[in-house]
Amino acid sequence: MMPADYLSVVLLIAGGIFFLAGTLGLLRFPDVYTRLHALTKADNVGLGLIVAGLALHAESWTVVGKLLLIWLLVLLAGASVAHLVAAAARQRGIKAWKR
Amino acid sequence: MTLLQSVFDALLGFALLWLAWQALASPDLFKGIVLFIAFGLLMALAWVRLDAPDIALAEAAIGAGLTGALLLAALARLDKSSWRGFGRTPVRPPEGNNRDVIHPSKRDTKSAHEKTRKPKPITENGKGQAAFCGLLVVSLSALAAGLGYAVLTLPSQAPGLSDSVAASLEASGVSNPVTAVLLNFRGYDTLLELGVLLLALFGVWSFGVVPERRESSPGPVLDRLSRLLIPWLILVAGYLLWVGAHAPGGAFQAGSVLAAAGVLWLLTGWRLDTRFSGWPLRIILVAGLGVFVVVAVVLILMGGRLLEYPPSFAAALILLIEAAATLSIGITLAALFLGSRPETGPQR
Repeated sequence: MMPADYLSVVLLIAGGIFFLAGTLGLLRFPDVYTRLHALTKADNVGLGLIVAGLALHAESWTVVGKLLLIWLLVLLAGASVAHLVAAAARQRGIKAWKR
Repeated sequence: MTLLQSVFDALLGFALLWLAWQALASPDLFKGIVLFIAFGLLMALAWVRLDAPDIALAEAAIGAGLTGALLLAALARLDKSSWRGFGRTPVRPPEGNNRDVIHPSKRDTKSAHEKTRKPKPITENGKGQAAFCGLLVVSLSALAAGLGYAVLTLPSQAPGLSDSVAASLEASGVSNPVTAVLLNFRGYDTLLELGVLLLALFGVWSFGVVPERRESSPGPVLDRLSRLLIPWLILVAGYLLWVGAHAPGGAFQAGSVLAAAGVLWLLTGWRLDTRFSGWPLRIILVAGLGVFVVVAVVLILMGGRLLEYPPSFAAALILLIEAAATLSIGITLAALFLGSRPETGPQR
């Protein structure tokens, strides 16, 4: 394996761990706000790591560009949708979780 | 590696069955729709595993995305007492507190709050239903057994029609075999699909003009998001249309991306100006089917058979038909999301 392959494997596994943590948070956190927090933070970083890992193996720069574009669009949509869901939940009067 | 792939495929298959069952069995309609969307996304993954990226794209965009949006829009129009919002268990409806949850697209929560909600009792009307369920289980088992037998008796190596498609790909005008089949060899299938889509819209519109409630302003985030995303979506639709000639893509995929832009725009509260919702809108809606039919008729009059393109014009004709179809599919799906015929008349 080339050094780039090792780096790619490390990045992909790290991305997978972030996705796992995000999913765990979605399932285990107590209310909608904390779940959103876990989901968006983890998925944005996790997808970023996976895109970086895949970009190391891309055949051409256009593929790298497309991968980066996908990541940026997901960042934009994810952050906005998290805000919209949280704002809607707040408008419906769902109280934030307190210990 | 193959073991890992088999494990993944098995997990995917079981997840699909489980999601389908949960989506159908869920008493909470909102939850059912969300599970249906998840089912669509996993289904797209299954198509990718089967080496069918064209169907995967269509499934993700239409099956999961737009159908999900249509179902949510329909749910928002239902009587609020007939469903329960997300985050609530159906067993214990919260009596008397104002924490009811309704669909995000409807801003005024008042009407839902004022209604008294009754938990729907689980239907238990006796033997008739039990007999019906038994009959259903028996007939479905017979169907499953028959299908399983049919699959098992298939020859393991069947080339199907792919050889004859590959043989005449040269004359089709495109190099993507899927587009060649959909727009050239079996063009009348696509012609009829466009007709079905238009008929669906006629059906919805025949309910007449439903006066729409004014929704409050979308807020800065949705507004900004739509302004950033809609140009990208239009660009991606154009790309998918163009790339369909030699790679996965095409009119239905491009049209559904265009429709996604329309849905986003409608969600921000934008409505078509009444000056354009009469003839201009209708012309765009029938353009796809219209161009297809005109091409077919002209070809017949020139002495050919139905949708038999002369090879020298095939590429141009396919692009022309697909461009018109993309526009029509996109606007039709967005109009279906809006749900009722837009009001026409002089500008207000």
